[in-house]
Amino acid sequence: MHTAAGVEARLPIRSDMDLVWVRQHVRQAAAQLGFGLVDQTKLVTAASELARNTLVYGGGGTMESQHLVDGSSHGLRLVFSDQGPGIADVEQALSDGYTSGGGLGMGLGGARRLVHEFAIESAPGAGTTVRVTSWTGRTPRPREEH
Amino acid sequence: MPEHAADGTFVNPTGEVRDFLRRRREQIAQRWADEPLFRTVFTVSRDEAVEAAKAVVDALAEVADAARVEDPDAAGFSSVREQLGRMGTARSRAGLSAGQISSELASLRLPLENPLLADLQEAEAPEGHVRACMTTLTVLIGTLRVVVMQTALSEGQALIDRQRLQLLEVATPVIKLWDGIVAVPLIGTLDSARSQVVMETLLEAVVEQQARYAILDITGVPTVDSLVAQHLMKTVAAARLMGAECIVSGIRPAIAQTIVHLGLDLGTVVTRAGLADALAYALHKLGAGIVADADLR
Amino acid sequence: MYPGGAAGRVPVLKLGEVLLVTIQGDLHDSTAEQLQQDLSETIARSGATGVVIDISGVEIVDSFLGRVLAEIAAQSALLAARTVVVGMRPAVAITLVELGLTLPGLRTALSTEQAMDLLTGPSRLGGRRQESP
Repeated sequence: MHTAAGVEARLPIRSDMDLVWVRQHVRQAAAQLGFGLVDQTKLVTAASELARNTLVYGGGGTMESQHLVDGSSHGLRLVFSDQGPGIADVEQALSDGYTSGGGLGMGLGGARRLVHEFAIESAPGAGTTVRVTSWTGRTPRPREEH
Repeated sequence: MPEHAADGTFVNPTGEVRDFLRRRREQIAQRWADEPLFRTVFTVSRDEAVEAAKAVVDALAEVADAARVEDPDAAGFSSVREQLGRMGTARSRAGLSAGQISSELASLRLPLENPLLADLQEAEAPEGHVRACMTTLTVLIGTLRVVVMQTALSEGQALIDRQRLQLLEVATPVIKLWDGIVAVPLIGTLDSARSQVVMETLLEAVVEQQARYAILDITGVPTVDSLVAQHLMKTVAAARLMGAECIVSGIRPAIAQTIVHLGLDLGTVVTRAGLADALAYALHKLGAGIVADADLR
Repeated sequence: MYPGGAAGRVPVLKLGEVLLVTIQGDLHDSTAEQLQQDLSETIARSGATGVVIDISGVEIVDSFLGRVLAEIAAQSALLAARTVVVGMRPAVAITLVELGLTLPGLRTALSTEQAMDLLTGPSRLGGRRQESP
């Protein structure tokens, strides 16, 4: 039986030092909930991509982690929010190769492929919230290509 | 003590049941410890059974305190959920059906009913209140039953999941063919879950054996759809990132046709007709050759 | 202090013609960028012909670190040095592929010995190269 202690948290994302904290927190939380090594690595990588987006494009924000339970499966939900300029065209931002600076343009679209559930809310001037969830004991569902 | 309103009437059945559980905690636990559900599961000593029973009494009191007697997800249950699951699983392993376990749980109500009734009569509670309290108790035990069955079911599901995964691993043997060459002969249908296991097992073996060549032999795979092909490509790409080369062998004519029909591009993947050809390719790349006996003479 | 986090500088060792870098744990973005700069300066100064980057102690590679590795390889090539990335863990490789980063320009090897063979070869076996087709 896994407990939520140590899984639920709210972390600031203000500097590239905070990215290290985010990765370590997600690693520990995922390990505690019983995720396998590959799934842990996918989640931590997704968190790293999304936290960097929050920092670079959103001008900083927070990550909140939650423990979900569905039958015998445990879920880890990560919510990244910022009060930044927001994204005008979410579909375009999700497509590979899209970047408004810096990376290889794998941030959002790449992160989406690493988790089981992905939702994004954003509007120009209204900030961005990205919510991702993965579950233990589930293989990623086959994903339609975008 | 029974809760009374200012005018002396009895108004709060859940509070009444909570107070009763706290007041009679020791006595209830002693009775429950003799029930098969506790007696046969906690076998180290009678004290162990009594302690386990106390934990359940405390949980029920907490649930009543929060006025959530109908809610199997009430926070009060969380401290005993694991214990209840263990009890359910143990009884089920002892050969009891779900129905039998359920009635064992229902029989936990009896040791509570009489003392509660006695307490209420002593306090001269009105009949309506007595009935409300008995109903609350019945509901509370019913909820406890749901919690145990839920937990036992999810334990069962977890067991099935674990066994399914073990089966996948057993069905994916990685064979060392030569120093630096490993192979996985795949037999049967590849679904998404199995492809994942194949990928992980093969890559782990690449590290363990320091294998520069990894052969995926799909001779025994009846069909390859686009999803399976995608998994094969991912495995090849991941092996490349680690410093190893993947060779896919045993693509039967029908599968080759499917791959072409689906418009899949295996262009970057080294393919060979059979396992032997793949092995020869890898040996050649490693600088080892195979020569016929005659050539050596 | 960041537990397990490597802040500061990653040391660059020189073995003959080859520069050896071992990355451990969780790298800060700034540390990775510093390494990229240090490497190009060291190659230019020393005339090294090869760079071996051991990432067997790295638990995740995201697109940022992936980009840094690709850029190190590209800038080393401009300075006539070849780069080999060594010891990527299976979980990291699977994740990178899922992320969509196959880093086609990067040479890779299972061990430092193999990487050295690849760079200082051609040995009898012939250095095996990992390059995009």
